[in-house]
Amino acid sequence: LCGPGLRRCGAGLLVTKCGLLRHRRAGGAAAGGAYWVDSQQKRYVPVKGDHVIGIVTAKAGDVFKLDVGGSEQASLSYLAFEGATKRNRPNVQVGDLVYGQFLVANKDMEPEMVCIDSSGRSSGMGIIGQDGFLFKVSLGLIRKLLAPKCEIIQELSQLYPFELVLGMNGRIWVKAKTVQQTLIIVNILEACEYMTAEQRKQALARLSGT
Amino acid sequence: MAGEVKTKLSKNLLRMKFMQRGLDSQTKKQLEEEEKKIISEEHWYLDLPDLKEKESFIIEERSFMPCEDLLYGRMSFKGFNPEIEKLMIQMNSRCKEEIEVDDKMEADVSDEEMARRYETLVGTIGKKFLRKRDQRVLQDEDEDEDGNSNTRPSKKAKKKFLKPQD
Repeated sequence: LCGPGLRRCGAGLLVTKCGLLRHRRAGGAAAGGAYWVDSQQKRYVPVKGDHVIGIVTAKAGDVFKLDVGGSEQASLSYLAFEGATKRNRPNVQVGDLVYGQFLVANKDMEPEMVCIDSSGRSSGMGIIGQDGFLFKVSLGLIRKLLAPKCEIIQELSQLYPFELVLGMNGRIWVKAKTVQQTLIIVNILEACEYMTAEQRKQALARLSGT
Repeated sequence: MAGEVKTKLSKNLLRMKFMQRGLDSQTKKQLEEEEKKIISEEHWYLDLPDLKEKESFIIEERSFMPCEDLLYGRMSFKGFNPEIEKLMIQMNSRCKEEIEVDDKMEADVSDEEMARRYETLVGTIGKKFLRKRDQRVLQDEDEDEDGNSNTRPSKKAKKKFLKPQD
């Protein structure tokens, strides 16, 4: 299995990105080991199967145009929501936030998104509710936050109740009970990229103290 | 005239639909095959040798999801959004395939008590039916001399109708 940053060329592999080469041995889920290059960038390139947060920019008949931070706007059909029929349209307005996954995403075609999975259930995708705060970080941080055992998220979850949606396109949406709490979380997440573990723990200790 | 040779019909006529209705399936198949042969001879094909497909076990992936086993993107903490918390458990258990035997359904009542209650339960419900059946038992006894009520011989002991002795 050769992951992002590597490309097959003839019988060998070519590296196309700069970064650290990572390897994972064959586990239970993956068949065969996986190699990939852990690179860092801010610009997102749509990839099939990725879950992203998009902003609705236009409604063109049956299709919504979403801005996902890529080179093109992605299209989302109104039937791609759970329980949507021709008569029962989803209530999506311009400026709404939508969490969905890519159905089609290659360099030759316009990316397409859907908000249901292959079995027809929404499984958490769809319009993200009101309030909350959306901000952008680099892609490397998102991957770090989504890693199976992420200390940052575990530490944050101890502070106070909040809700978090992470999109692979670098966008994070946070919602907490008060505006202040939301902003605190936003600042921590943004600063996490450049703080070491100790600095982070200090900052959190100060917060939980005050 | 009937025994002589049939008048020769042209091939095109025979190929028409109304002529084929009476044909057997076998003859139909034969005709189809012949037609196919005619077509395949005119069909052009490449005369190249079959290129052997290089067997490679390398699958190219452009997404990070399978590489790093990333979690689901929607999360909620401390009960902010209970639906998402449920989803989190579902999704993450699907990823890791951890089958935890959750003893969430703790028995409020112990097994022994359950067995005891069940016994008496059977008795009480049995009585409910017994009243009607008793009547039937009595009727049966009147009819049959034997009076063999097959269902509940033990209960019969309680309310036994004493037959008037002749």
